[in-house]
Amino acid sequence: MAAAFRFRSVARETRLHTGASVPSRVAAAVARSAGCLQGRAGCGAMSQRQVLQVFEQYQKARTQFVQMVAELATRPQNIETLQNAGVMALLRPLLLDVVPTIQQTAALALGRLANYNDDLAEAVVKGDILPQLVYSLAEQNRFYKKAAAFVLRAVGKHSPQLAQAIVDCGALDTLVICLEDFDPGVKEAAAWALGYIARHNAELSQAVVDAGAVPLLVLCIQEPEVALKRIAASALSDIAKHSPELAQTVVDAGAIAHLAQMILNPDAKLKRQVLSALSQIAKHSVDLAEMVVEAEIFPVVLTCLKDKDDYVKKNACTLIREIAKHTPELSQLIVNAGGVAAVIDCVGSCKGNTRLPGVMMLGYVAAHSENLAMAVIISKGVPQLCICLSEEPEDHIKAAAAWALGQIGRHTPEHARAVAVTNTLPVLLSLYMSAESSEDLQVKSKKAIKNILQKCTYLPALEPFLYDAPPNILKHVVGQFSKVLPHDSKARRLFVTSGGLKKVQEIKAEPGSLLQEYINSINNCYPEEIVRYYSPGYSDTLLQRVDSYQPLT
Amino acid sequence: MATLARLQGRASIIENQYYFRNSFVDKFRKRENDAAIKIQSWFRGCKVRAYLRYLHKQVTIIQKWWRGYVGRKKYQLLVKIAYYTMKMNFYNAMAVRIQRRWRGYKIRKYCFNYFYLKEYLRAVSETNDAIREALKEFAEMKEREEKKAELEREEKQRDHQARKMHYLLSTKQLPGIYNSPFSKEPDPWELRLQKAKPLTHRRPKARQKHSISLHSWLACTSTRSFPRSEVLPPINRKQCQGPFRDITEVLQQRYKPLEPTLRAAEPMNTLKEAREDLRRDESMRNINNNMFLPFSSYHKNKNYLPLIHSSSKYGPDSCGHQHFRDENPKKWISDKDFQTVLPSFDLFSRCGKLYSKAGQIV
Repeated sequence: MAAAFRFRSVARETRLHTGASVPSRVAAAVARSAGCLQGRAGCGAMSQRQVLQVFEQYQKARTQFVQMVAELATRPQNIETLQNAGVMALLRPLLLDVVPTIQQTAALALGRLANYNDDLAEAVVKGDILPQLVYSLAEQNRFYKKAAAFVLRAVGKHSPQLAQAIVDCGALDTLVICLEDFDPGVKEAAAWALGYIARHNAELSQAVVDAGAVPLLVLCIQEPEVALKRIAASALSDIAKHSPELAQTVVDAGAIAHLAQMILNPDAKLKRQVLSALSQIAKHSVDLAEMVVEAEIFPVVLTCLKDKDDYVKKNACTLIREIAKHTPELSQLIVNAGGVAAVIDCVGSCKGNTRLPGVMMLGYVAAHSENLAMAVIISKGVPQLCICLSEEPEDHIKAAAAWALGQIGRHTPEHARAVAVTNTLPVLLSLYMSAESSEDLQVKSKKAIKNILQKCTYLPALEPFLYDAPPNILKHVVGQFSKVLPHDSKARRLFVTSGGLKKVQEIKAEPGSLLQEYINSINNCYPEEIVRYYSPGYSDTLLQRVDSYQPLT
Repeated sequence: MATLARLQGRASIIENQYYFRNSFVDKFRKRENDAAIKIQSWFRGCKVRAYLRYLHKQVTIIQKWWRGYVGRKKYQLLVKIAYYTMKMNFYNAMAVRIQRRWRGYKIRKYCFNYFYLKEYLRAVSETNDAIREALKEFAEMKEREEKKAELEREEKQRDHQARKMHYLLSTKQLPGIYNSPFSKEPDPWELRLQKAKPLTHRRPKARQKHSISLHSWLACTSTRSFPRSEVLPPINRKQCQGPFRDITEVLQQRYKPLEPTLRAAEPMNTLKEAREDLRRDESMRNINNNMFLPFSSYHKNKNYLPLIHSSSKYGPDSCGHQHFRDENPKKWISDKDFQTVLPSFDLFSRCGKLYSKAGQIV
């Protein structure tokens, strides 16, 4: 009686614990035959339950281990310890576990570890984990797919060799299949992984394109979820940036129209990626730039130049720069749409590296023709560039500003005058002469000074150069004076009264050199007495004459 | 004999006298000879000099004429050159004038239009201003929207707070925290609390079964969300497949292209297709598929089929071939045609005579 009660309670216990068919059938059989089959059946149920309990405990332990590892892997300070404890070797068989949740958590933990640094990522590759991941990617549920795609992304992002290893184990096809999945999280993870693989170099991008990812990415861009749009746009940008053929592939899939529509989206990070993608497409050739322009991005892109986010402004300036640099017609289009004014305002409102694309864009536009340079001048670009030149601490931005000013000022005397009036030439000269400037900055400022000086006829700006400039620049300055002075009488007077003639006499030049010819032509503009008066040592010669003079008495 | 004595007495004197008289003549002879010679030589000299003078004069005349001739020639050459130079300078100056005008015209008309450039730059600066205005407005609008959204968020938060703190409302018996008796007016929070609807406790939702759909990835990692299997899987389950073949081999095999045999690779209907091609080709070239029958007796029973173009009732249009104007006699005002009227000559009107009636002085 007591035994039957015990068996029934045992049966109830087992039913409560597991609730599955086999042990409950066993328990039911035990309860039915409780009276007659006392010893044998009872012993079988008890040992079987104990055996099953062992397995249950093992599963619980595995689950707990893998979840703890996954949580510890989120903090960077634990990862060293985990690595030294040999976590890779332990996680690897758990990937093949029978319980799907343990598989998923193990994959997640592996992903987080591989994300941290490239030694661990290499360990993932060397441990032959990737083929198993790829194989089961095709068949498992969406959590596993997300975790596996996360691992692939984490491994692929560190270096091209690791990304190549991923491509070699055939992961691209399965990732592309994941892009067709219904769940947007899976699509996002797959697109992210593809983007990171394609980022490194052109061969990997080509492999991604050959796997047929591009049309699916374009479909992903049209999905309603913003995060998925971001990742797909960034993946397209990474694919298109390497070569014109890849950019053409992206364009052929019809990406430009959708990307252009998304410029109006209010999300800032999405706008960053979209603008970056369009600029990577437009930078390769004139045809691609024209196709981007035909998608009617102007004047909508100009509103992005007023965005709060700095990177959106920077990417918008980059896009406009990539379009403007190809041909004068495209630059003209941008000027006609009022783009130059918008970029100048944007340059004024940014600081540091975010200014650089805007400055370069102004230089490219001005470089094409003198009409465009004049358009830049009347849009008040030159004062802004001067501010940029004097304010910025970094040398490469200064070099870009110097180059842009040189391109503006080199066309005609009008342009050179517009640049010289703002007093930038002394700043450029000081940058050229200072020992702290980098070589690039010195070269660019020297070229800019030379280009502007060869056309400059605005004499008040040239006069300070007579005093400070090194000999190679002095030659050009004196040459300009020798061109202007013979024709302008007021300028001649001013030249004398400001002390310029005196300075010119003091210049030592080798006879027969170009500098000496210029000095001679300047001296020919004045009567001989004045030239002699200002020549150095004239007071001494006068005194000598006084000494040697015999009065007539 | 006296004479002889006289002669002999005078003999020495005669001798002397003879000698003196001879030598005296000789003396004079020499003198006279010399004088004669002098005179002759002088005269000869004069003759020769006169001759030379004459020669010189003639030579001078010749040289004068010759030099005059040569000088005149040179002078004419000089004049010709100067004239030529003057002409060329004049032509050059005129050509420069023409070229100057032409170059200015060409540049202004075809190469560079200064006023157009000025206009363009003005338009560009106007566009720039318009764009700057528009962008400023856009930025302001964005800021306003953001501020509005911020305010709304704050309002919502305060509302939620008021709903949570509803119990702090003042009652008739007891004034609440925000309704201090020492202050003139109740705190705005008091009014807010009055307006707010009290927050009810959330009713415990019926525990549903574990659904697969989860909102975020992090939710998947928490322990409760993992769907646990009900029963442990059987022990002697099928092992996991492995070791794996090389993935490139697998893919190669899976995607190997079809390699049909020669017989299967040939399409079955090549002959039919060739026949079709030939027929198509022929029909392209032939207009008439009928066989050519040489004698007209073969065509006896056939009726002649004229061209549609000529057999239609609309016929070929004579307009454009025979006449070029479309005339509508019903619209004419009068039946008479226009008359050609010659205008009058001014000359004849001065004379008062006219050729035609038109232009007659009224």
